[in-house]
Amino acid sequence: MKYAARIGWWLVFIIGVLYFFIPLYGTLDFSLKSKPFLSAYTAILNDSQFVSTLTYSFVAGILTIIVSVLIIVPTAFWVRLKYPGLRPIIEFITLLPFVIPPIILVFGLDNTYGHQPLALTNSDNGLNVLLVAAYVILSFPYMYRAVDTGLRAIDIQSLTEASQSLGAGWIRILWQVILPNLRTSLLSGAFLTLAIVVGEFTIATFLSRPAFAPFLGLVGDERPYEQAALALVSFGITWVAMILIAVIGRNSRSRIRVTVG
Amino acid sequence: MTNAALPLSAPGTPAARPVRRRFGWGWLGIVPFLLFAFLFLIAPTAYLVVGSFQNAKGALTLENFQQLFSPAIIATYGNSIEISLVTALAGGIFGFLLAYAVISGGLPGILRSALMTFSGVASNFAGVPLALAFIFTLGRVGLFTIFMRTVLGVDLYAGDFSLYTKLGLEIVYLYFQFPLMVLIIAPAIDGLKKDWREAAENMGASSFQYWRHVALPILMPSLLGTMILLFGNSFGAQATAYQLTGGFIDIVTIAISRQMRGDVLYDPNLGYALAMGMVVIMAISITAYSLLQRRSERWLK
Repeated sequence: MKYAARIGWWLVFIIGVLYFFIPLYGTLDFSLKSKPFLSAYTAILNDSQFVSTLTYSFVAGILTIIVSVLIIVPTAFWVRLKYPGLRPIIEFITLLPFVIPPIILVFGLDNTYGHQPLALTNSDNGLNVLLVAAYVILSFPYMYRAVDTGLRAIDIQSLTEASQSLGAGWIRILWQVILPNLRTSLLSGAFLTLAIVVGEFTIATFLSRPAFAPFLGLVGDERPYEQAALALVSFGITWVAMILIAVIGRNSRSRIRVTVG
Repeated sequence: MTNAALPLSAPGTPAARPVRRRFGWGWLGIVPFLLFAFLFLIAPTAYLVVGSFQNAKGALTLENFQQLFSPAIIATYGNSIEISLVTALAGGIFGFLLAYAVISGGLPGILRSALMTFSGVASNFAGVPLALAFIFTLGRVGLFTIFMRTVLGVDLYAGDFSLYTKLGLEIVYLYFQFPLMVLIIAPAIDGLKKDWREAAENMGASSFQYWRHVALPILMPSLLGTMILLFGNSFGAQATAYQLTGGFIDIVTIAISRQMRGDVLYDPNLGYALAMGMVVIMAISITAYSLLQRRSERWLK
């Protein structure tokens, strides 16, 4: 490699690093300007709304993961085992969230469930159901991909036949044989889903849910230092989720592709 | 991505298959998925499709789509398309260079896994916190703005520049665009075999000729496809723009938000048509991406 070329590549890399870190540093710097030192951080820890919205988003994330796993695992399993012909349709549906962005999805949900026969937008519980349902839809592309790659790595045909010959029913096969074998794929899918849900703004806002991202957006003008601190917390959550995914991925053959790719 | 664009070859109904003899109710396993997707994805979208062909009284009409071609709405779409094009191109080119730098640029190997991890983070770091981070950095009293003014004596805000405009939004979007490019293009760069370069050099090709006649033609479908994906990624983004500009920038996702909020010029059916226009553009870009992606698999295996 020519010397000059290598310097050029270093330069590209350094610009990338600067682009990545300057905004984060700017946020950190701003959050530390509050007096006394670190008071922005102690203030958010004592803010009941911070705790309640973050809890709300985490609970929504965990419910999303549970529902998504319960729906996707049997589907991916049956498609692989029995109905490979349905595969294109299932994949097409799981990729639709890339075509229908959150703003359109929530627009449709709000209208469809805004009146009889299923007026879910009239009650808090109904709105919570809609929120989790929308998040489950958003998780489909990642979850399906993760589970499908996981299934490819194990011999489900033999596992299923072996279990059947030992007298196991379908529920038992899925729960005690398939699910444990998918642990690593499911964990990657789960952490990615959690990161997406905790940072999601559009759907939560338009369903007026007390979630973390809308709260972060509204802390606003009178408490700018705390807002900066919260933005960093939010970044930290994404960071932790991604590192966990990387660690899990390194220990397994089946790697989840984070993108549509 | 495999086949978003595959024609939907509907196979025979499960009931018609011999499999049924042994696993009578096995197909029930996919019913929850189909039902869920119908209720919370297909039906809501269908609602918008139907609504976009109706007027306020519920009668069939194409009026909403005619209104999409009014100058104001064309300008809105134009802004969205411009922002998406600029960030897809700039993010795509820079992301490619960055990925190439750590993979084949002779940089220490450890930088590669570091870059991959933080691309994973940054490509998911969109929305409110991202907008805030840039306000604290490039806003009127942001860190970088002040640094430029006090240390270098350059006032960023002296001219037309503002973070809360199209240009500002583009700078912010690049933060998640180029990392996404890095993530998707890396496997394609890995697929470039050393032999090809050596073969080219043995035949006396210069570095330029190697790129012009070997590497770029092989990478082109991936590059193009991924940039189209970046286009869609930026086109559908709402939260970042909303937080950054307080809802005062004229792009499609914000226009739809305004319709939902029932602001001035409230017309739900026009809102549905706006949404449809957007879905069509998204569908075209995702389809193009998946076609190009499959094309690129020919060489890069």
